[in-house]
Amino acid sequence: MNIEHITKKLSESHGWQAKYREIMLLGKQLPTLPDALKVDSAIVSGCDSKVWLYLDLDESAQQLVLIADSDTRIVKGLLAIIIAAYAGKTPEQASQFNAYELFESLGLIAHLSPSRGNGIRAIVEQIQVQAEILK
Amino acid sequence: MTDIQSLRNDFPILNKQLDGQPLCYLDSAATAQKPNKVIDVIKTFYQDENSNVHRGLHTLSENATVRYESARETIANFLNVETREIVWTSGATESLNLVAHGLSASLNSDSVIAISPFEHHANIVPWQEACQRTGATLLVLPMLDGVLDEQGAIAMLKQHKPDVLAMGHVSNALGNIHPIESLISVCKALGTITVIDGAQSLLHLRPDLKALECDFYVFSAHKALGPTGVGGLYGKYQQLNALPVYKTGGEMIKEVSFERSSYREAPSKFEPGTPNISGVIGFAAAIDYVNEIDPSALQRYEQALYHSLLAKLRQIEGITVYGDTQNNVGVVSFNYKNEHHYDLATLLNTYGVAVRSGHHCTQPLMKMLKVNGTVRASLAFYNNQDDIEHFINALSATIELLD
Repeated sequence: MNIEHITKKLSESHGWQAKYREIMLLGKQLPTLPDALKVDSAIVSGCDSKVWLYLDLDESAQQLVLIADSDTRIVKGLLAIIIAAYAGKTPEQASQFNAYELFESLGLIAHLSPSRGNGIRAIVEQIQVQAEILK
Repeated sequence: MTDIQSLRNDFPILNKQLDGQPLCYLDSAATAQKPNKVIDVIKTFYQDENSNVHRGLHTLSENATVRYESARETIANFLNVETREIVWTSGATESLNLVAHGLSASLNSDSVIAISPFEHHANIVPWQEACQRTGATLLVLPMLDGVLDEQGAIAMLKQHKPDVLAMGHVSNALGNIHPIESLISVCKALGTITVIDGAQSLLHLRPDLKALECDFYVFSAHKALGPTGVGGLYGKYQQLNALPVYKTGGEMIKEVSFERSSYREAPSKFEPGTPNISGVIGFAAAIDYVNEIDPSALQRYEQALYHSLLAKLRQIEGITVYGDTQNNVGVVSFNYKNEHHYDLATLLNTYGVAVRSGHHCTQPLMKMLKVNGTVRASLAFYNNQDDIEHFINALSATIELLD
């Protein structure tokens, strides 16, 4: 799944229901995390739903590897977008990347508002912090 | 007879469109909408009447003081209690903290505080804190299938003879109306102090506290058509006045020297600092508004809407409704198959439907119901049959999107 494909799909969906349908379909394509990895230490705090996030560095390629899951379909779809945006970036590129601009361009900025409780802001911040450490 | 249907026109927000969709507001258990009367009173206060209360000799201050104090009389009459038995607070949460703090002064490690399993965190945590401070034990009354087990609760009260029973009149998460009359009468015989959380009952049930005979009762204005940030505590006067002060500052004192201070009598001793004057006056306007509605007509109307909503919801395969559907103020707390309440509520919002999802600040209750949360649709008298149709259509479309 690449971000260009996602951008195209979402720009073709008109209205919130269509956008959400697309987002949930993206979530369905994201592999389900095994229960053994759904541990409290991987939970991103600040979300109403549960979000588990793992981020590591592929040493040889110097690229970020992200694995994430959520117990809700919509947040899982939003995670798929975030993963597509960050995966394959170097930690340097990731820390310079502005995820909010991406969500703005996808027409999903409402989803970054802190009151939404979907925790997208918290997830993006956590990725940025970890990317900073991996630099 | 009051035409309840026409009252909807008094609530300007209900004509609002969101993203081209009419608003379907089913979140009154979180906060009730405000009628023009309340909005106008607050606006007029700041525009023409704003002044601090008490101690001012000028006309505006005199007028504000009279309005502020007569608001106390308005709510006291509404609850059928004495004016001096009403303390203004920032809301039910502060009121519960005030009582729990005050009563802890007379608790010790032999004491028992009983609560129901349905309590909002605001009626759990202050008592847990009181237990930690005093060594008292927290006792949780039993429930059966999402309904308070009345006989089991009475037996438990008789066995443990708690010092305090703190429980909601109505469950915020499920809408259950609890049999507090029978529990209070048991408590009276046992010498147990009763603290009733009326946040969810004030608007729907209009309790007569003289008849109810509870010792304390707490409420929030915003759940009863009033503004946010204000509420109250009722206490039988002797018991109320016997509570130690909770917050200190100006207004509540009799005399202050650098060596010591003495306090005024209740309710003043619990109201330090400049109070929420516009909030209190706005709340009185809300009560005046409610007083013009025939209570039995209002309840009949709300019950008819509730049962219509419930019947339509139950026709949808895969819906599970939680709680007591026989005795309910008009709250439907539900889930659909294994779908997450977050997804349901987010998708319902795209159709202009405002519901709440999550644990509703009742995590222990959710655990007992074996769910991580529910979708909660809560009604008030300003809702109508169109709202129910709107909601059911949106829910059917949402389910289609999910299936």
